[in-house]
Amino acid sequence: MSVALEILISLLLFAGACFALVGSLGLARLQDFFMRLHGPTKATTLGVGSIIIGSIVFFSSQTQGLSLHELLIAMFLFITAPVSAHIVGKAALHMQLPCEERTKNIPWPTDDTDN
Amino acid sequence: MTNLTHKKTLFPHKLLSLFMLFLWLLMVNSISPGQWLLGALLAWGIPYLTQSFWPQSMVLSSPLLATRFILLVLWDIVFANFQVAVLILGSRQKLQPAFMKVPLALKQDFTITLLANTISLTPGTVTVDLQMQEGYLLVHSLHVTDIDAAIAEIKRRYEAPLKEIFECSTP
Amino acid sequence: MLDSVIRITLFMIALALALNLWRLCIGPSLPDRILALDTMYINTIALLILFGMHERNSLFFEAALLVAVMGFVGTVALSKYLLRGDIIE
Repeated sequence: MSVALEILISLLLFAGACFALVGSLGLARLQDFFMRLHGPTKATTLGVGSIIIGSIVFFSSQTQGLSLHELLIAMFLFITAPVSAHIVGKAALHMQLPCEERTKNIPWPTDDTDN
Repeated sequence: MTNLTHKKTLFPHKLLSLFMLFLWLLMVNSISPGQWLLGALLAWGIPYLTQSFWPQSMVLSSPLLATRFILLVLWDIVFANFQVAVLILGSRQKLQPAFMKVPLALKQDFTITLLANTISLTPGTVTVDLQMQEGYLLVHSLHVTDIDAAIAEIKRRYEAPLKEIFECSTP
Repeated sequence: MLDSVIRITLFMIALALALNLWRLCIGPSLPDRILALDTMYINTIALLILFGMHERNSLFFEAALLVAVMGFVGTVALSKYLLRGDIIE
């Protein structure tokens, strides 16, 4: 394997792991549920996506010919991540989870904060 | 749902068939003639046998615009992730989250689904609810300073191209 | 060089999984815990793919694909249960 290819794979893997870590960090440290929803849906999905691209390049360089079947996982994740985010968010909306006070336009009455 | 008496056509969903062939070839990770044949058989047979379960077939009125839209969304996903990463790593007290009601101009279920998914994948916004009767999407945004401008941006950037791609040909 | 990069990224993903586990344990509400589980399975996919590269074995791809499918179905079923009190109506 040439050095340039190795650097490319390393960059892709490192960027992917950074994004996955940042997404999980967002899940751990943001204040309310709806803000936490943002971390996993975007950062983690792109993180796994770029790790998968790195893996495609790696396995294609190992054997003769392209090895594209990891692309299936990336496609599947990009289709399902918004759907699962939507349905978890809908469940939270249904339960009227407490929001951060600064949030504008909370779609339910917030006078009784102890629901 | 509207017409339950489908008449059987030989190729009910051409785009779906093409996509299934592509998926099959990816799955077996080979482009040998035998796999092409098997994939083509499955890609024709499954839509043919299940055609009465599909609500309607999509009409793609402009493939060129669709490609442009996909590239735009991919670029936005990458760009959005840097923004969200900066927001997450930055000060928590400066974030200004908000719920936004995005009114819908789209009519078909499929295009609304695409719009909602696109919004979820791009800059700091997640679709949390859809109100079909009143015709709006409820979107939560991680950090927004001007709500009206953000709504206009979503409508201009994502809804208008989707409308052009899918709903222009249908009356 | 590549091997050490893969080890570093494996460590980073493990750290991300630990953060998710923390959220799963403290998560004040049920949707928080579901979201943490959802993120955990996405990170597990990354972990499996990296481990497959570390072992030079493309068989781990199949496992990752199965985790992706099962994780999605699990998330949707749990959220649906919270929404309606029933999974299949």
